Formats: sequence, structure tokens, C-alpha cells
Amino acid sequence: MTMTVDTNSTPQFHLSEEPHHPEGASTMLGFWVYLMSDCLIFAVLFAVYAVLGHSFAGGPGPKELFDLELVALNTAMLLFSSITYGFAMLEMARDRVKPMLIWLVITGLFGAAFLTIELTEFSHMIAEGATPQSSAFLSAFFTLVGTHGLHVTFGSIWLITLILQVLRFGLTSFNKRRLMCLSLFWHFLDVIWIGVFTFVYLMGMI
Amino acid sequence: MTLPVQDPSNSFLFGRLSLESIPYHEPILLATFAVVALVGIVVFGALTYFRLWGYLWKEWFTSVDHKKIGIMYMVLGVIMLLRGFADAIMMRLQQAMAFGGSEGYLPAHHYDQVFTAHGVIMIFFVAMPMVTGLMNYVVPLQIGARDVSFPFLNNFSFWMTVGGAIVVMMSLFIGEFSKAGWLAMPPLSGIGASPDVGVDYYIWGLQIAGVGTTLSGINLLVTIIKMRAPGMHMMRMPIFTWTALCTNVLIVASFPVLTAVLVLLSLDRYMGTHFFTNGMGGNPMMYVNFIWIWGHPEVYILILPCFGIYSEVTSTFSGKKLFGYTSMVYATICITILSYLVWLHHFFTMGSGASVNSFFGITTMIISIPTGAKLFNWLFTMYRGRIRFELPMMWTIAFMLTFTVGGMTGVLLAVPPADFVLHNSLFLIAHFHNVIIGGVLFGLFAGMNYWFPKAFGFTLNEFWGKISFWFWVIGYWFAFTPLYILGLMGVTRRMRVFDDPSLQIWFVIAAFGAGLIAIGIGAFLIQIAVSIRDKEKNRDVTGDPWNGRTLEWATSSPPPDYNFAFTPLVRDLDAWHDMKTHGYKRPQSNFAPIHMPRNTGTGVIIAALSVVCGFGLIWYIWWLVALSFGAILAVAIGHTFITDRDFHIPARTVTDTEAARSKLLARGT
Repeated sequence: MTMTVDTNSTPQFHLSEEPHHPEGASTMLGFWVYLMSDCLIFAVLFAVYAVLGHSFAGGPGPKELFDLELVALNTAMLLFSSITYGFAMLEMARDRVKPMLIWLVITGLFGAAFLTIELTEFSHMIAEGATPQSSAFLSAFFTLVGTHGLHVTFGSIWLITLILQVLRFGLTSFNKRRLMCLSLFWHFLDVIWIGVFTFVYLMGMI
Repeated sequence: MTLPVQDPSNSFLFGRLSLESIPYHEPILLATFAVVALVGIVVFGALTYFRLWGYLWKEWFTSVDHKKIGIMYMVLGVIMLLRGFADAIMMRLQQAMAFGGSEGYLPAHHYDQVFTAHGVIMIFFVAMPMVTGLMNYVVPLQIGARDVSFPFLNNFSFWMTVGGAIVVMMSLFIGEFSKAGWLAMPPLSGIGASPDVGVDYYIWGLQIAGVGTTLSGINLLVTIIKMRAPGMHMMRMPIFTWTALCTNVLIVASFPVLTAVLVLLSLDRYMGTHFFTNGMGGNPMMYVNFIWIWGHPEVYILILPCFGIYSEVTSTFSGKKLFGYTSMVYATICITILSYLVWLHHFFTMGSGASVNSFFGITTMIISIPTGAKLFNWLFTMYRGRIRFELPMMWTIAFMLTFTVGGMTGVLLAVPPADFVLHNSLFLIAHFHNVIIGGVLFGLFAGMNYWFPKAFGFTLNEFWGKISFWFWVIGYWFAFTPLYILGLMGVTRRMRVFDDPSLQIWFVIAAFGAGLIAIGIGAFLIQIAVSIRDKEKNRDVTGDPWNGRTLEWATSSPPPDYNFAFTPLVRDLDAWHDMKTHGYKRPQSNFAPIHMPRNTGTGVIIAALSVVCGFGLIWYIWWLVALSFGAILAVAIGHTFITDRDFHIPARTVTDTEAARSKLLARGT
């Protein structure tokens, strides 16, 4: 972008050559801005939980419902999946397709484990009669945690799509960029989950 | 409580949709349907007869060119303006008639839909598309770019906006629209008070359009940051681009809140959760807070680009550079930030207590300082300028006079004790129409008259433009001054019938004003028609009909697909003015091939599937929801496997295009 212009002679008003806009140069910034807008959706859900988190309507509260050990295990699944995604990115930087794909598959499996445990937790609560309809607290709880879970689900679909993409087209610049975007997305969900774990589960047990 | 979702009479195939959902027993709707169907058949027939479908699909619907998308946004806005205005004139007639025991002509359930639809359509499907359309068209040209950062996303965003508009329009003839006001406040919009499809039409219409708005916000924001021509650092950006930047920051930072709060409202309605219910710990006031945390920035999303338009117009038609460019930029940024700190002034009467109300009252009043600074900047730009009273300048002056009054009544409403008297009165209605018509709409007209020759290559007819201008401006004052007076007398908004006969005269005057505005809109349509008829006479061969100052006037009218044959090199603020004064010569040779994105139909298809999905959700047709949602995913994923996304415009084509322009320029001088 830096151009020196000689002001003494006839001024120059255009570039004689096309400026080099590398393909997809805006994508990372664009995706980052999108993540921030998604972050605001979570901010709203956290705020809702802050307002409604104690409106039990005579029903059960966090202490009766949460199984902290299970949630800790679940947290571990998601954190591990972030690490393995990081390993995949390291392999991508070295252009090693096969190890990268293996790490991506492992990431996907951790994601699936996370979702399975979350659904188990939800089904236990619903079986005990603690449904999203029981109280405002439970509405807020299921919506906040469930929205995160939905994000992980879509992230997993995206992950599978990208694995297919890499198998089909290889590690093209297109696919590298997409994998970087999914990487941001995946770590972003990790950060959100740390908020959920602290704010909903840990503080709920106090 | 059993929800309508669980009603056993819902069928599998059609959900809760039945023949009874078609409002054939309502004569007004039936007549409307007849007119719409007739116009639709004529348009459809004409397009088929002239074999235009292929052309429209290839050159427009699937286009990723920011200029064509910008124009399509404007067309959508104008069409929806007609619908929104039809609602307005129906309300004015009803209120002028319904006195002395008369019930008027609109039954209550119809009237409530009309005032809801009027607000929703005017904000989401008139003002938003037109503002987005102008930004889409002008910003890449002003920053010397070939297109936006994400051209396909741009096309997709547009079609999602259209999809939302289609969902809202569908409610006219299948079922009904929301009766809960333009912000759908619970518990009125909750499933208990509104079990019908109206609020669901509202929710899904806005959700579909909201996807488009958010994505287009991200797109333009990234475009302005990443795609500026070399030399154009932030403080050399044209002021319209600056206001567009701030507006898109506001879009990205506020629309997700709307999305989230509408999701919560739909969960209450579909799943029986308790976010905004009165029982089981729900909190309706939380909805009011969230909706205004989006809603207040929203009004600045609309007005900021218009401030940008006025700045460009004032400086161009005064023949001077803008007075106080730097202060204008900082004023815009101040307004952007402050717009997040005032939302509670919409509900002082909620009773948050003296300290909270004072805080929000004071922040609201502070906003008038940067806004006032802008007004003085425009006045000082005009001072000792050679002012040309062309149409854009006339709209700008009308804005200055009208908007100032709206701003003052706004500061008045910002005083909490005064607001306790005026809350939800017609005074408020007059205030926000004063700033939205006098600010946003006048700005859009200024912008359309200003940039129309750039987009189409001929200027708009001045005679009909002036007719439109005078009828709009005078009509505005006739229509809304009575509402200020009525509001001060304590008349509340959204009333269908009145008892006190002494009030009637004011409503009759207001209806007369609305009639004048109707003539103004008619004259605007005639202006466009006449201009197209006379386009050879009013052709702009220079590409710079107003002696403009910013880069969009450096290229031809209409610009070639690639905007600029060579990327401009910016040395100063008002880059084109700088080029003109320093003996700029158009390059005539050595053109290179230009890299461009390819058109795609994916955006249209996904938006159409979203409309189908929304329809299924509204009517509880679950198989349709599952099918269309699966199809959306499949099409979106399938799109990522298309690798043929771009092409090069060959150097020969560029040379020919530029040579044709040289010939035109030579003929013009």
C-alpha cells in the first residue's frame, strides 16, 4: 500500500499495474467480524441467564440439577478438541495432508463426544422433570447451553465438509483459508464454553 | 398451558393452514389482492412477452456486481415504500373518519395489522434497503475499488432481504400480520395474547431479512477497511464512506441482539419457555430492554449515511470543500458510540428510578452536541459558497430546516419528567416521523437525485423532481404538525376511534397532509418515468454532471463493470477534485486484463428456500421446514465445491470500453 509520489513532476493519479490484492485477503478479517457478531448473540444469552438465573419458579435450582463431574469431563472433551485442532493446523502449515486429516478426525470425535455427553445431561434433566418449560431459569439454561451445542453441531458439519473438500481438492489456498476460519470458530466456541462452565456451572454450585 | 403448536387439529400435511386462512371475507383485502394480482400478471406477462426473464436472471438476479445489487436494493425500497405508504394513508383516513360514534372503515383487527405493518415495512424494507443500496452502490466507487470484499455474500444478503419482504407481504393474503406493534412487545406478542400467525410472520420475516442485513454489514465494513485505493488513508476517506463505515459497525454490533431476542420470543411461542412471560419467572421488561438495545442504534444506522449524503451534496453544490472534515468524522464516531448509551430513553416510564432515568436522559441530550456540530459544518460549508439550487441541494436545505425541529423535540422528550407526560402520545409519533422523514427520507431523495446520473447515465427530470419535492416537504408539515399539537393535548398513539369531536379537525388536516405526500410520491414515479423517456436529452457523457469532488465521479456514467480501468492513486481528500485541478489525463492505452468475480445463482436459491422454511415455521408445516432446511444446508455446502468463481475481463475489452468513452467525451465537449 505504501507508494511514494514525486510531487515535483507531473503527479501520478493511478497505478500503472494492478495492486496486488491477494485472493481472499479480506476473509480472515471478515470472519473475525462475523465471530464478534456471534459473540454478541452469546452476550445476550449470558445476560438473559444473569437476569433469569435465579427465577426457579418453585422448581429445582442448579445445585439439585447439575452433575459437576460430568460437566468437567465434557469440558475436557471440548478443550482437547481445541488442542487437536491446533495440531491439525500445525500439520497444515507443513503441508502434510494425511496427518492433518487424522488430527481433524480426532477433533471431530472429541466434538461428537462433547455433544453426546451434553445430550445425556439434557435428557437426564428432562427425565427428572426439569424441562425448558419448567421455569425461567431452566429456559435460560437450556437456551444458553443449547445454543453453544448447536454451534458445535454446525462446526462439526463444517469440519466434515472441509475434510471432504481436502480429500477432493487437496490443500489449496481456498481450503487452507477455510480451515483457518473453522479454526477460529472452533477456538471461539471453546472460549464461550469456558464462560458457560464458569458462569453457569461453577457459580451455580456456590 | 397448551400451545397452538400442540393443537391436535393441526394436520400433518398443512399444519394449521386451511382455506379459512385466506381472508376472502374481507372486501378491502380482496380488492387489494385483485389489484396486486392484476399488476403481477401484467408485469409477468410483459417480462415473458419481451423475453426478459433470461436477461434478468443472467444480468441482474445472479449478479455479484455491487452496482447492480445497489440498484436492486433501491428498487425493492421503492416498491415497499408504496406498500408502507398505502398503510399510512389508510390509518390517516381511519383516524380522520372515526368520530362522533363512527367506527371508520377499518375493523379493529385490521387497523392493528395496518399500523404494525406500516412501521415494520417502512423501517426494515424501505429505509434499510435504500440506505444499504446507496452504500452498496457508492462506497466501492468512492474508495476506488472494483467491488466489495465478498461479492457473492453481497448478492446473497440482498436476496435474503427480499425474502424477508416476501414473507411479510405474504401475510396480506394468507393468514394475517402481527397486531402487536412494530416491536412486538410481550406479553401482547406472546402466545397467550397473540395465538395466531401474525407475530410468527413478523418474527420470520425479520429473521430472514436480518441474516441479509448482518452479512451485508460485515461485507461493507471489511470492504471499507481492506479495499481502499492506495493513498486513501482513513482521514482521506469521503465523508459518505466514513458514515457508511460507522453505520456498518452499528449494524454488526446491534443486529445480532435483534436476532437473539427474536429467537427467545419464538422459543416462548413455539416451545413454551418463560423468557418474557408473566408467569414462571419470566420477565417481559427484559424484552423491552433488548429490543431497544438494537432499536436505538438502528435509527442511527439509518440516519448516519444520510448525514454523509448531505455532506457530499452540500460540499459539491457549494463548490467548496466540506467545512470541518475532521470534526465531521469525530462527530460521526461520537454519535456511533453514544447511540449505544441511550436505549432506556424509550421507556423512562418503566420506572427504573431517578438515577437511571437521569443517566439516560443526559446521554440522550449529549447526542445533540455532535449532531449540532454537523449542522454548523454544513452551514459553514454553504457560507460564501457558490450554491447551486439543484434538487439534491434543495432536499438538503429542507432537511436542515425540518430535522432541526425534530432534534429539538427529541431533546424535549429526553427530559424524563416531560417524557412521562408525552410517552406513547402522538407527540412522540410526530417527533420520530420528523427525524425519519425529515432526516432519512429527505436524505435518500437527495442521494437518489445526486447519484442517479452516475448509476444510469442521465440526470433526473428537474420539473417533476421539484413537484415531488414541494409536495413532500409541505405534505410532511401538514401531516405531522397536527400530531405534535394532538400529542401535547394528550392523544395517545394507535387509537382507532375517538370520542372528543373537537380533535377531528387536526386529524383531517393530517389526512390532507398525507394526501399531499401521496402526490409527492406520484410525482417521484412520474419523474423517473419522464427521465427515462427523455434520457437522450439528459444524457451525462462526462461522468461528472455536478462537478463532483470524490472518486465516483472520476469514472463514466454508468461505470463499466470494472469501475476503474486503473486503480486510482489518492493524494488528497476529495481525490477527484484534486485530480481535476492538477491536470489529470485519462489513461488511453496499456490496459491490462481485470480480474472479476463470476455471477452465481446460489444466493437466490438459498433465499427462496429460506422463504419456504419460514412459511413452514409460521404454519407449523414441519415436514416442509425439515425439507427446506436440509436443502439450504445442501445448497450451501454444494456451493463450496464450485471452484470456477472468477474470470478476467480481457485487456481488449477494457481498451474498447475506454475508447468508446473517449469518443463520448470528445462529443460532449
